[in-house]
Amino acid sequence: MRRIEAAFTALRAEGRTGLVTYVTAGDPSLAITADILQALDRAGADVLEVGVPFSDPLADGPVIQRATERALAGGATLDGVLAMIAGVRAAVRAPIVIFSYANPILRMGTDAFVARASAAGVDGVLTLDLPPEEAGEMRAALDAAGIDTIFLLSPTTSDERIRRAAELGGGFLYGISRLGVTGARAEVADSAAALAGRVRALTDRPLALGFGVSRPEHVRTMGQVADAAVVGSALVQVIAEHGASPGLLHEVERYVRWLRS
Amino acid sequence: MTVEEQEMAGVFGRRDPDARGYYGAFGGRFVPETLVAPIEELERAYFEARADAGFRREFARLLHDYAGRPTALWEAARLRAECGGAAIYLKREDLTHTGAHKINNALGQALLARRMGKTRVVAETGAGQHGVASATACALLGLECVVYMGAEDMARQALNVFRMRVLGASVVSVESGSRTLKDAINEAMRDWVGRVGETYYLLGSALGPHPYPLMVREFQSVIGREARAQILEKAGRLPDAVVAPVGGGSNAIGIFDAFIEDAGVRLIGVEAGGEGIVAGRHAARFAGGEVGVLQGTRTFVLQDAHGNIEPTHSVSAGLDYAAVGPEHAFLQASGRAEYVWASDADAIAAFQALARFEGILPALESAHAVAHAMRLAPALGPDAVILVNLSGRGDKDVQSVERILGEAGRASD
Repeated sequence: MRRIEAAFTALRAEGRTGLVTYVTAGDPSLAITADILQALDRAGADVLEVGVPFSDPLADGPVIQRATERALAGGATLDGVLAMIAGVRAAVRAPIVIFSYANPILRMGTDAFVARASAAGVDGVLTLDLPPEEAGEMRAALDAAGIDTIFLLSPTTSDERIRRAAELGGGFLYGISRLGVTGARAEVADSAAALAGRVRALTDRPLALGFGVSRPEHVRTMGQVADAAVVGSALVQVIAEHGASPGLLHEVERYVRWLRS
Repeated sequence: MTVEEQEMAGVFGRRDPDARGYYGAFGGRFVPETLVAPIEELERAYFEARADAGFRREFARLLHDYAGRPTALWEAARLRAECGGAAIYLKREDLTHTGAHKINNALGQALLARRMGKTRVVAETGAGQHGVASATACALLGLECVVYMGAEDMARQALNVFRMRVLGASVVSVESGSRTLKDAINEAMRDWVGRVGETYYLLGSALGPHPYPLMVREFQSVIGREARAQILEKAGRLPDAVVAPVGGGSNAIGIFDAFIEDAGVRLIGVEAGGEGIVAGRHAARFAGGEVGVLQGTRTFVLQDAHGNIEPTHSVSAGLDYAAVGPEHAFLQASGRAEYVWASDADAIAAFQALARFEGILPALESAHAVAHAMRLAPALGPDAVILVNLSGRGDKDVQSVERILGEAGRASD
């Protein structure tokens, strides 16, 4: 069984709400990102999403934009992210998903990227600006390497597209619970429940819901309708606030344990 | 039915990309899932609108009665005498209301926004010409208008910022990334995704995800239709070459469109060579770019070895962009069009030449095309005819030019 499938199978068996965590690789540095991934794993994160910094992150809000700028200024590249994952893979239990815009991957070459991701032990790839219509070549190459292609769903996604994403994608479906770009919100949108209801009626694939999760009650709300909650901007903000301090890993671990409480 | 409306009926839908928005290997729809539904809604609405005679009639009326079309075709006889060689004709898009071709597309899309029931328009702008055109069209049609503009560009184009504000638009300074056009596009897209119910994204060039490149080309195709008829009348024949500046490429695709099937007419796009073809110092995508994906479309993109977008430079803010419209990539790959570049210095020299010999101040974008026509005229010889798209007027650029000439003057002292 692939690692992502195993993680969600275990969640369902335990009747527990999963937590998917997103961090921007290279903020504050790739070496520290490797430590952060281990801290997240210790704190009980169920899936680790690793964001590849890109110069034009048009689907991201200000928090992740700033993290991306810091990561790029520090010299993080897709090459470096893959090398970092290869180094840390054996030390973490949770599946690792690469979260990237298309251009860095296309520049490396789809086949070269997939070969390196496979060698690094990557479990899934979510390419933000490759919707199913444009993802054919990437999906075929990832499939052949045993890596899951993760697709996004949004409240505006039609039932027909949900079905297609479930059929073509692997691992889990990543539902974004609000319109708009990524960013922590004070409240988690009601539209999450509506989207989850539609997804549940169409497919058994595991569903994670994100874009707006920053507190334990958000995780619990997501858990009522989905397999897992995704925390992104709020976690990246914690890293931004403690990036330079020796207490960073402790703070990350504490925050994730709190979210899961 | 007016002549323009009749012709539009025959042209709209004549040369569509494939169903996924591809022109050969270029184009497509590389967008996050949140944008898929709005883009599909836009595509449906556009296809319905262009098939509707009422919509075409209203667009033709605005082009004629409001934007001041048809624009003149001017034979630049003194410039020709100076360069030697081919006759040079200028398609005077600088004479449109608001002073650039941008108004054609802004009126078309603002009409579409109103037809879709949207009340709020967001737009990006580089030089400010598209922002001014959008603010103008929104004022005319009673739509709220928000223009995103890079902080760097706001400083370079203060006059246009003031014009937009007078026209009732909000101008939002973009501080992210390189603080220029591409960052303004990122920000406008983020706004659109966040408020998609009431908001229409009025993209200003033949860029972005399908159907934008198609829609912008069709709204700009009036330039080529007019120019082709005018040059047949004035020169008695088709031109040997059509020369247009290419940033995203909307004015160029608008004038090329009417000549694509005229196999004997060379189509020449002129990119910004900036300070020369060195990474970060130019915006000549065909000279220094690689195929990639930026802001929703697959095309030639200036990027580094890791797939990050390179900073660009041009004296002309409107050409200062890292990707080129996908249909231009297709025309280049198929050999139908050729792409060259002119440097900052070439453009400044052409700006001065056109001012002195013809009494016309071209936009610095357009001056790139004039610069190439001045090189081409002696090469093609006296029997040849060159058609240049003078896409905009240069009032917005006089301060930049004065500063550059001042610095050059000091340097040579």
